[in-house]
Amino acid sequence: MVGIISYGAYIPRYRIKIEEIARVWGANGTEIARGLGVFEKALPDMDEDTITISVEAARAAMARRKVDPADIGAVYVGSESHPYAVKPTAVTVGEAIGATPVMTAADYEFACKAGTAAVQTSMGLVKSGMVNCAVAVGADVAQGEPGDALEYTAAAGGAALIIGNDDPIAEINHTCSFTTDTPDFWRRENKPYPRHGGRFTGEPAYFKHVIGASKMMLEKMGTKPSDYTYAVFHQPNGKFPTQAASMLGFSMEQIKPGLAVTYLGNTYSGASMVGLSAVLDIAKPGDRIFMTSYGSGSGSDSFDITVTDVINSDLFNRDAAPTVSDLLADKKIVDYAVYAKHKGKVVMME
Amino acid sequence: MSVARFWRKQQNRYNLIGNQCTVCGKYFYPPRGFCPVCRRDGKIVEHQFKGTGKVVTFSIIRSSSGNFKLLTPYVLAIIELDEGSRLTTHLVCDIDKVYIGMPVKRVFRKLGEEGSSGAIFYGTKFVPA
Repeated sequence: MVGIISYGAYIPRYRIKIEEIARVWGANGTEIARGLGVFEKALPDMDEDTITISVEAARAAMARRKVDPADIGAVYVGSESHPYAVKPTAVTVGEAIGATPVMTAADYEFACKAGTAAVQTSMGLVKSGMVNCAVAVGADVAQGEPGDALEYTAAAGGAALIIGNDDPIAEINHTCSFTTDTPDFWRRENKPYPRHGGRFTGEPAYFKHVIGASKMMLEKMGTKPSDYTYAVFHQPNGKFPTQAASMLGFSMEQIKPGLAVTYLGNTYSGASMVGLSAVLDIAKPGDRIFMTSYGSGSGSDSFDITVTDVINSDLFNRDAAPTVSDLLADKKIVDYAVYAKHKGKVVMME
Repeated sequence: MSVARFWRKQQNRYNLIGNQCTVCGKYFYPPRGFCPVCRRDGKIVEHQFKGTGKVVTFSIIRSSSGNFKLLTPYVLAIIELDEGSRLTTHLVCDIDKVYIGMPVKRVFRKLGEEGSSGAIFYGTKFVPA
Protein backbone atom coordinates (compact mmCIF):
# COMPACT_ATOMS: atom_id res chain seq x y z
CA MET A 1 0.00 0.00 0.00
CA VAL A 2 1.13 3.55 -0.70
CA GLY A 3 2.62 5.29 2.28
CA ILE A 4 5.43 7.26 3.85
CA ILE A 5 8.72 5.42 3.40
CA SER A 6 10.76 8.13 5.13
CA TYR A 7 10.47 11.63 6.51
CA GLY A 8 12.62 14.51 7.68
CA ALA A 9 12.20 17.98 9.10
CA TYR A 10 14.33 21.09 9.29
CA ILE A 11 14.01 24.14 11.53
CA PRO A 12 16.54 27.00 11.47
CA ARG A 13 18.35 27.72 14.77
CA TYR A 14 17.24 31.27 15.33
CA ARG A 15 14.20 32.18 17.47
CA ILE A 16 12.52 35.38 18.55
CA LYS A 17 10.17 35.57 21.50
CA ILE A 18 6.64 36.82 20.84
CA GLU A 19 7.10 39.23 23.76
CA GLU A 20 10.08 40.80 21.95
CA ILE A 21 8.01 41.45 18.81
CA ALA A 22 5.23 42.93 20.95
CA ARG A 23 7.74 45.19 22.75
CA VAL A 24 8.66 46.86 19.45
CA TRP A 25 5.03 47.61 18.63
CA GLY A 26 4.04 48.66 22.16
CA ALA A 27 1.69 45.70 22.61
CA ASN A 28 1.17 43.39 25.56
CA GLY A 29 3.42 40.45 24.65
CA THR A 30 2.40 38.21 27.53
CA GLU A 31 -1.25 38.54 26.60
CA ILE A 32 -0.60 38.04 22.87
CA ALA A 33 1.58 34.97 23.42
CA ARG A 34 -0.96 33.41 25.77
CA GLY A 35 -3.84 34.25 23.44
CA LEU A 36 -2.10 32.73 20.42
CA GLY A 37 -0.60 29.81 22.30
CA VAL A 38 2.75 30.67 20.66
CA PHE A 39 5.76 31.81 22.69
CA GLU A 40 8.66 31.74 20.23
CA LYS A 41 9.00 31.51 16.47
CA ALA A 42 11.83 30.32 14.23
CA LEU A 43 13.52 32.62 11.75
CA PRO A 44 16.05 31.81 9.04
CA ASP A 45 19.77 32.44 9.14
CA MET A 46 21.02 35.08 6.69
CA ASP A 47 21.80 32.41 4.10
CA GLU A 48 18.70 30.27 4.53
CA ASP A 49 15.51 30.35 2.48
CA THR A 50 12.79 27.96 1.36
CA ILE A 51 15.19 26.15 -0.98
CA THR A 52 17.83 25.48 1.70
CA ILE A 53 15.15 24.42 4.22
CA SER A 54 13.58 22.07 1.65
CA VAL A 55 16.95 20.52 0.80
CA GLU A 56 17.84 19.98 4.48
CA ALA A 57 14.44 18.37 5.18
CA ALA A 58 14.72 16.14 2.09
CA ARG A 59 18.28 15.14 3.01
CA ALA A 60 17.11 14.26 6.54
CA ALA A 61 14.51 11.95 4.98
CA MET A 62 17.16 10.40 2.72
CA ALA A 63 19.47 9.90 5.74
CA ARG A 64 16.85 7.84 7.58
CA ARG A 65 16.46 5.29 4.81
CA LYS A 66 18.60 3.89 2.03
CA VAL A 67 16.63 5.16 -0.94
CA ASP A 68 18.25 4.94 -4.37
CA PRO A 69 17.99 8.51 -5.72
CA ALA A 70 17.35 6.97 -9.15
CA ASP A 71 14.08 5.54 -7.76
CA ILE A 72 12.79 9.04 -7.04
CA GLY A 73 10.64 9.92 -10.02
CA ALA A 74 9.07 13.14 -8.74
CA VAL A 75 9.89 16.05 -6.44
CA TYR A 76 7.19 18.52 -5.41
CA VAL A 77 7.72 21.47 -3.09
CA GLY A 78 4.80 23.37 -1.59
CA SER A 79 5.54 26.87 -0.29
CA GLU A 80 4.34 30.47 -0.17
CA SER A 81 7.90 31.74 -0.27
CA HIS A 82 9.66 30.12 -3.23
CA PRO A 83 12.80 32.27 -3.71
CA TYR A 84 12.14 32.53 -7.45
CA ALA A 85 8.85 33.61 -9.00
CA VAL A 86 9.89 31.63 -12.09
CA LYS A 87 12.35 28.74 -11.56
CA PRO A 88 11.31 25.81 -9.43
CA THR A 89 12.51 25.16 -5.91
CA ALA A 90 11.90 21.46 -6.61
CA VAL A 91 14.70 21.15 -9.19
CA THR A 92 17.30 22.35 -6.69
CA VAL A 93 15.96 19.84 -4.15
CA GLY A 94 16.11 17.10 -6.80
CA GLU A 95 19.69 18.01 -7.72
CA ALA A 96 20.80 18.23 -4.09
CA ILE A 97 19.54 14.72 -3.27
CA GLY A 98 20.94 13.27 -6.49
CA ALA A 99 17.55 12.46 -8.02
CA THR A 100 18.03 14.40 -11.27
CA PRO A 101 17.69 14.07 -14.25
CA VAL A 102 15.11 11.26 -14.66
CA MET A 103 12.34 12.82 -12.58
CA THR A 104 9.49 15.26 -12.86
CA ALA A 105 9.32 18.30 -10.59
CA ALA A 106 7.10 21.24 -9.80
CA ASP A 107 6.42 23.85 -7.16
CA TYR A 108 3.04 24.10 -5.51
CA GLU A 109 1.23 27.04 -3.98
CA PHE A 110 -1.92 26.70 -1.92
CA ALA A 111 -1.16 28.89 1.08
CA CYS A 112 -0.45 26.65 4.08
CA LYS A 113 -1.59 23.37 2.51
CA ALA A 114 0.72 23.34 -0.52
CA GLY A 115 2.86 20.69 1.19
CA THR A 116 0.00 18.24 1.69
CA ALA A 117 -1.16 18.90 -1.90
CA ALA A 118 2.34 17.73 -2.89
CA VAL A 119 1.82 14.59 -0.77
CA GLN A 120 -1.47 13.84 -2.55
CA THR A 121 0.10 14.28 -6.00
CA SER A 122 2.97 12.03 -4.96
CA MET A 123 0.49 9.39 -3.75
CA GLY A 124 -1.28 9.49 -7.10
CA LEU A 125 1.92 9.00 -9.08
CA VAL A 126 3.09 6.17 -6.82
CA LYS A 127 -0.30 4.41 -6.74
CA SER A 128 -0.64 4.58 -10.52
CA GLY A 129 2.83 3.10 -10.94
CA MET A 130 4.16 6.12 -12.82
CA VAL A 131 7.02 6.51 -10.34
CA ASN A 132 8.59 4.29 -7.66
CA CYS A 133 9.03 7.06 -5.10
CA ALA A 134 8.24 10.74 -4.86
CA VAL A 135 9.46 13.45 -2.51
CA ALA A 136 6.85 15.90 -1.18
CA VAL A 137 8.09 18.94 0.73
CA GLY A 138 6.21 21.62 2.63
CA ALA A 139 8.47 24.52 3.64
CA ASP A 140 8.33 28.24 4.16
CA VAL A 141 10.11 31.33 5.31
CA ALA A 142 6.74 32.75 6.18
CA GLN A 143 5.97 36.38 5.50
CA GLY A 144 4.11 38.71 7.82
CA GLU A 145 4.04 42.50 7.60
CA PRO A 146 5.87 44.28 10.44
CA GLY A 147 3.34 45.20 13.11
CA ASP A 148 0.63 42.97 11.63
CA ALA A 149 -0.92 40.12 13.63
CA LEU A 150 0.82 37.64 11.30
CA GLU A 151 4.24 38.85 12.38
CA TYR A 152 3.79 37.22 15.79
CA THR A 153 3.62 33.75 14.26
CA ALA A 154 5.06 33.73 10.70
CA ALA A 155 8.03 31.35 11.03
CA ALA A 156 10.62 29.36 9.07
CA GLY A 157 10.85 25.59 8.72
CA GLY A 158 9.69 22.62 6.74
CA ALA A 159 9.36 18.88 6.36
CA ALA A 160 9.75 16.31 3.61
CA LEU A 161 7.99 12.99 3.12
CA ILE A 162 9.20 10.31 0.75
CA ILE A 163 6.14 8.55 -0.63
CA GLY A 164 6.44 5.01 -1.95
CA ASN A 165 4.82 1.57 -2.16
CA ASP A 166 7.56 -0.65 -0.79
CA ASP A 167 7.65 -1.27 2.96
CA PRO A 168 6.27 2.09 4.12
CA ILE A 169 6.93 3.10 7.73
CA ALA A 170 3.36 4.42 7.71
CA GLU A 171 0.58 3.45 5.32
CA ILE A 172 -1.70 6.21 4.09
CA ASN A 173 -5.09 4.50 4.27
CA HIS A 174 -7.00 7.32 2.65
CA THR A 175 -6.88 11.02 1.79
CA CYS A 176 -9.71 13.42 0.97
CA SER A 177 -10.05 17.17 0.47
CA PHE A 178 -12.58 19.91 1.15
CA THR A 179 -12.10 23.00 -1.02
CA THR A 180 -13.98 26.26 -1.72
CA ASP A 181 -13.21 29.76 -3.00
CA THR A 182 -12.86 31.65 0.29
CA PRO A 183 -10.79 34.87 0.28
CA ASP A 184 -9.51 34.80 3.86
CA PHE A 185 -5.80 35.38 3.16
CA TRP A 186 -3.86 36.22 0.02
CA ARG A 187 -0.70 37.79 -1.36
CA ARG A 188 -0.83 39.59 -4.70
CA GLU A 189 1.92 39.31 -7.32
CA ASN A 190 5.06 41.33 -6.45
CA LYS A 191 3.79 42.17 -2.96
CA PRO A 192 6.14 41.24 -0.11
CA TYR A 193 3.50 40.55 2.54
CA PRO A 194 0.16 38.76 2.55
CA ARG A 195 -3.13 40.35 3.62
CA HIS A 196 -5.85 38.63 5.55
CA GLY A 197 -9.43 38.99 6.67
CA GLY A 198 -8.72 39.16 10.42
CA ARG A 199 -11.47 37.26 12.23
CA PHE A 200 -12.79 36.06 8.87
CA THR A 201 -9.82 33.64 8.76
CA GLY A 202 -11.44 31.65 11.58
CA GLU A 203 -15.01 30.44 11.32
CA PRO A 204 -15.81 30.51 7.56
CA ALA A 205 -12.24 29.69 6.58
CA TYR A 206 -10.06 27.53 8.89
CA PHE A 207 -12.81 25.84 10.88
CA LYS A 208 -15.24 25.24 8.00
CA HIS A 209 -12.56 23.51 5.91
CA VAL A 210 -10.69 21.67 8.66
CA ILE A 211 -13.92 20.36 10.18
CA GLY A 212 -15.37 19.68 6.71
CA ALA A 213 -12.43 17.55 5.53
CA SER A 214 -12.03 15.84 8.91
CA LYS A 215 -15.70 14.83 9.11
CA MET A 216 -15.55 13.53 5.53
CA MET A 217 -12.58 11.40 6.49
CA LEU A 218 -14.18 10.00 9.66
CA GLU A 219 -17.34 9.19 7.72
CA LYS A 220 -15.50 7.57 4.80
CA MET A 221 -13.31 5.44 7.09
CA GLY A 222 -16.13 4.65 9.52
CA THR A 223 -13.93 5.76 12.40
CA LYS A 224 -14.32 7.94 15.47
CA PRO A 225 -11.68 10.24 17.03
CA SER A 226 -10.89 7.71 19.77
CA ASP A 227 -9.72 5.23 17.09
CA TYR A 228 -6.62 7.39 16.51
CA THR A 229 -3.48 7.56 18.64
CA TYR A 230 -2.51 11.03 17.39
CA ALA A 231 -4.13 13.89 15.51
CA VAL A 232 -2.38 16.74 13.70
CA PHE A 233 -4.19 19.83 12.48
CA HIS A 234 -2.84 22.82 10.61
CA GLN A 235 -1.38 25.06 13.28
CA PRO A 236 -1.35 28.79 12.42
CA ASN A 237 -1.33 29.30 16.19
CA GLY A 238 -1.90 27.10 19.21
CA LYS A 239 -5.54 28.08 19.60
CA PHE A 240 -7.10 27.04 16.25
CA PRO A 241 -5.93 23.40 16.16
CA THR A 242 -6.88 22.94 19.83
CA GLN A 243 -10.39 24.26 19.12
CA ALA A 244 -10.77 22.19 15.95
CA ALA A 245 -9.68 19.06 17.82
CA SER A 246 -12.18 19.77 20.58
CA MET A 247 -15.01 20.39 18.08
CA LEU A 248 -14.28 17.03 16.42
CA GLY A 249 -13.90 15.13 19.69
CA PHE A 250 -10.12 14.63 19.76
CA SER A 251 -8.41 15.01 23.14
CA MET A 252 -5.49 17.24 24.10
CA GLU A 253 -3.37 14.08 24.62
CA GLN A 254 -3.95 13.13 20.97
CA ILE A 255 -2.88 16.49 19.53
CA LYS A 256 -0.15 17.63 21.94
CA PRO A 257 2.74 15.57 20.44
CA GLY A 258 2.09 17.09 16.99
CA LEU A 259 1.54 20.63 18.22
CA ALA A 260 4.94 22.05 17.27
CA VAL A 261 3.63 25.60 16.80
CA THR A 262 4.05 26.60 20.48
CA TYR A 263 7.82 27.13 20.21
CA LEU A 264 8.14 27.14 16.42
CA GLY A 265 5.46 29.46 15.08
CA ASN A 266 3.49 28.98 11.90
CA THR A 267 5.70 27.56 9.16
CA TYR A 268 2.83 27.98 6.66
CA SER A 269 3.21 25.15 4.09
CA GLY A 270 5.45 23.30 6.53
CA ALA A 271 3.14 23.53 9.54
CA SER A 272 1.05 20.35 9.45
CA MET A 273 3.92 18.31 7.97
CA VAL A 274 6.33 19.39 10.74
CA GLY A 275 3.56 18.41 13.19
CA LEU A 276 3.30 15.00 11.48
CA SER A 277 7.10 14.63 11.64
CA ALA A 278 6.99 15.29 15.40
CA VAL A 279 4.43 12.49 15.74
CA LEU A 280 6.44 10.10 13.53
CA ASP A 281 9.45 10.84 15.76
CA ILE A 282 7.70 8.99 18.62
CA ALA A 283 5.17 6.75 16.86
CA LYS A 284 5.07 2.99 17.40
CA PRO A 285 3.90 0.25 15.03
CA GLY A 286 0.10 0.13 14.97
CA ASP A 287 -0.38 3.78 15.94
CA ARG A 288 -3.02 5.48 13.85
CA ILE A 289 -2.56 9.15 12.92
CA PHE A 290 -5.21 11.60 11.77
CA MET A 291 -3.95 14.68 9.94
CA THR A 292 -5.82 17.60 8.39
CA SER A 293 -4.04 20.54 6.82
CA TYR A 294 -5.50 23.91 5.92
CA GLY A 295 -4.55 26.37 3.20
CA SER A 296 -6.16 29.75 2.87
CA GLY A 297 -8.08 30.40 -0.25
CA SER A 298 -9.30 27.76 0.93
CA GLY A 299 -8.95 24.04 1.36
CA SER A 300 -8.12 21.20 3.71
CA ASP A 301 -6.51 17.83 2.99
CA SER A 302 -7.22 15.05 5.44
CA PHE A 303 -5.11 11.89 5.87
CA ASP A 304 -5.67 8.61 7.71
CA ILE A 305 -2.29 7.01 8.45
CA THR A 306 -1.26 3.75 10.16
CA VAL A 307 2.31 3.27 11.39
CA THR A 308 3.81 -0.10 10.41
CA ASP A 309 6.44 -2.44 11.89
CA VAL A 310 8.96 -1.07 9.37
CA ILE A 311 9.46 2.04 11.52
CA ASN A 312 11.37 -0.17 14.00
CA SER A 313 13.05 -2.39 11.40
CA ASP A 314 16.55 -2.37 9.90
CA LEU A 315 15.12 -0.68 6.79
CA PHE A 316 14.65 2.54 8.70
CA ASN A 317 16.90 4.46 11.08
CA ARG A 318 14.95 7.16 12.91
CA ASP A 319 18.12 8.29 14.72
CA ALA A 320 19.94 9.13 11.48
CA ALA A 321 18.40 12.62 11.45
CA PRO A 322 17.37 15.05 14.19
CA THR A 323 13.84 14.86 15.60
CA VAL A 324 11.58 17.92 15.70
CA SER A 325 12.28 18.10 19.45
CA ASP A 326 16.04 18.09 18.76
CA LEU A 327 15.63 20.86 16.19
CA LEU A 328 13.49 22.95 18.54
CA ALA A 329 15.95 22.50 21.39
CA ASP A 330 18.94 23.70 19.31
CA LYS A 331 18.13 27.38 19.32
CA LYS A 332 19.56 30.85 19.60
CA ILE A 333 17.26 33.65 20.76
CA VAL A 334 17.70 37.00 19.01
CA ASP A 335 16.23 40.46 19.50
CA TYR A 336 14.04 42.33 17.02
CA ALA A 337 16.98 44.17 15.41
CA VAL A 338 18.74 40.92 14.51
CA TYR A 339 15.39 39.42 13.45
CA ALA A 340 14.81 42.40 11.11
CA LYS A 341 18.26 41.87 9.57
CA HIS A 342 17.69 38.13 9.09
CA LYS A 343 14.28 38.69 7.51
CA GLY A 344 15.62 41.22 5.01
CA LYS A 345 13.72 44.10 6.57
CA VAL A 346 16.90 46.21 6.66
CA VAL A 347 17.19 48.03 3.34
CA MET A 348 20.72 48.04 1.94
CA MET A 349 22.22 49.75 -1.11
CA GLU A 350 22.58 47.30 -4.01
CA MET B 1 30.11 35.10 -11.19
CA SER B 2 28.32 34.25 -14.44
CA VAL B 3 25.36 31.87 -14.30
CA ALA B 4 27.05 29.40 -16.68
CA ARG B 5 30.29 29.42 -14.68
CA PHE B 6 28.44 28.58 -11.47
CA TRP B 7 26.23 25.97 -13.15
CA ARG B 8 29.29 24.07 -14.46
CA LYS B 9 30.44 23.49 -10.87
CA GLN B 10 26.95 23.05 -9.41
CA GLN B 11 27.23 19.33 -8.56
CA ASN B 12 30.59 19.95 -6.85
CA ARG B 13 29.08 22.73 -4.74
CA TYR B 14 25.72 21.07 -3.97
CA ASN B 15 26.87 17.54 -3.23
CA LEU B 16 30.60 17.78 -2.52
CA ILE B 17 31.48 15.86 -5.67
CA GLY B 18 35.26 15.68 -5.92
CA ASN B 19 37.51 12.89 -7.10
CA GLN B 20 40.06 10.31 -6.08
CA CYS B 21 43.18 8.84 -7.62
CA THR B 22 42.69 5.08 -7.39
CA VAL B 23 46.43 4.50 -7.81
CA CYS B 24 47.69 6.43 -4.74
CA GLY B 25 44.28 6.71 -2.98
CA LYS B 26 44.39 10.52 -2.56
CA TYR B 27 41.11 12.45 -2.56
CA PHE B 28 40.65 15.88 -4.16
CA TYR B 29 38.15 18.65 -3.56
CA PRO B 30 37.63 20.60 -5.69
CA PRO B 31 38.19 17.86 -8.26
CA ARG B 32 41.47 17.75 -10.15
CA GLY B 33 42.03 16.91 -13.80
CA PHE B 34 44.93 14.61 -12.93
CA CYS B 35 46.71 13.31 -9.83
CA PRO B 36 49.58 15.65 -8.80
CA VAL B 37 51.38 12.69 -7.16
CA CYS B 38 50.98 9.92 -9.75
CA ARG B 39 50.75 12.32 -12.69
CA ARG B 40 50.31 10.36 -15.95
CA ASP B 41 50.20 7.02 -14.07
CA GLY B 42 47.25 8.16 -11.93
CA LYS B 43 43.64 7.13 -12.51
CA ILE B 44 41.07 9.71 -11.46
CA VAL B 45 37.48 8.69 -10.56
CA GLU B 46 34.58 10.76 -9.23
CA HIS B 47 33.95 10.68 -5.48
CA GLN B 48 31.15 12.09 -3.35
CA PHE B 49 32.55 13.20 -0.01
CA LYS B 50 30.64 12.17 3.14
CA GLY B 51 30.47 15.79 4.21
CA THR B 52 32.06 15.45 7.64
CA GLY B 53 35.43 16.71 8.77
CA LYS B 54 37.24 18.99 11.20
CA VAL B 55 38.50 22.56 11.40
CA VAL B 56 42.20 22.87 10.48
CA THR B 57 42.32 26.63 11.01
CA PHE B 58 40.01 29.60 10.79
CA SER B 59 39.71 33.35 10.64
CA ILE B 60 36.91 35.58 11.88
CA ILE B 61 35.81 38.05 9.23
CA ARG B 62 34.51 41.28 10.74
CA SER B 63 34.54 43.52 7.69
CA SER B 64 33.38 42.38 4.29
CA SER B 65 31.64 43.57 1.15
CA GLY B 66 29.04 42.58 -1.45
CA ASN B 67 27.09 39.43 -0.65
CA PHE B 68 29.06 38.90 2.54
CA LYS B 69 28.50 42.32 4.12
CA LEU B 70 25.37 41.30 6.03
CA LEU B 71 26.95 38.04 7.24
CA THR B 72 29.65 39.66 9.39
CA PRO B 73 31.01 38.63 11.76
CA TYR B 74 31.46 35.15 10.29
CA VAL B 75 33.97 32.34 10.35
CA LEU B 76 36.01 31.45 7.29
CA ALA B 77 37.69 28.10 7.87
CA ILE B 78 39.90 25.51 6.27
CA ILE B 79 38.13 22.19 6.77
CA GLU B 80 39.79 18.83 6.40
CA LEU B 81 37.21 16.35 5.15
CA ASP B 82 37.29 12.86 6.68
CA GLU B 83 38.65 11.48 3.41
CA GLY B 84 41.63 13.85 3.67
CA SER B 85 41.04 16.69 1.22
CA ARG B 86 40.93 20.29 2.49
CA LEU B 87 38.74 23.20 1.42
CA THR B 88 38.21 26.81 2.40
CA THR B 89 34.61 27.43 3.36
CA HIS B 90 32.17 29.48 5.39
CA LEU B 91 31.65 27.81 8.77
CA VAL B 92 28.23 28.79 10.12
CA CYS B 93 28.58 28.96 13.89
CA ASP B 94 28.84 31.34 16.83
CA ILE B 95 32.20 33.07 16.46
CA ASP B 96 33.11 32.43 20.11
CA LYS B 97 32.49 28.68 19.79
CA VAL B 98 34.86 27.81 16.93
CA TYR B 99 38.14 26.00 17.68
CA ILE B 100 40.84 24.12 15.79
CA GLY B 101 39.88 20.46 15.58
CA MET B 102 36.13 21.16 15.88
CA PRO B 103 34.10 18.42 14.14
CA VAL B 104 31.88 19.79 11.39
CA LYS B 105 29.29 18.57 8.89
CA ARG B 106 27.97 19.91 5.61
CA VAL B 107 24.80 21.99 5.22
CA PHE B 108 23.04 23.38 2.18
CA ARG B 109 23.03 27.19 2.17
CA LYS B 110 22.78 30.19 -0.06
CA LEU B 111 26.25 31.20 -1.25
CA GLY B 112 25.27 34.50 -2.85
CA GLU B 113 23.08 36.17 -5.41
CA GLU B 114 23.39 38.58 -8.30
CA GLY B 115 21.35 41.39 -6.78
CA SER B 116 17.61 41.20 -6.11
CA SER B 117 16.71 40.19 -9.69
CA GLY B 118 19.68 37.96 -10.53
CA ALA B 119 20.38 34.28 -10.04
CA ILE B 120 20.73 32.87 -6.53
CA PHE B 121 23.69 30.56 -5.97
CA TYR B 122 23.45 27.64 -3.54
CA GLY B 123 25.99 25.18 -2.25
CA THR B 124 27.74 23.65 0.72
CA LYS B 125 28.78 25.34 3.91
CA PHE B 126 29.63 23.70 7.22
CA VAL B 127 28.21 23.77 10.76
CA PRO B 128 29.42 22.21 14.01
CA ALA B 129 28.68 18.45 13.99
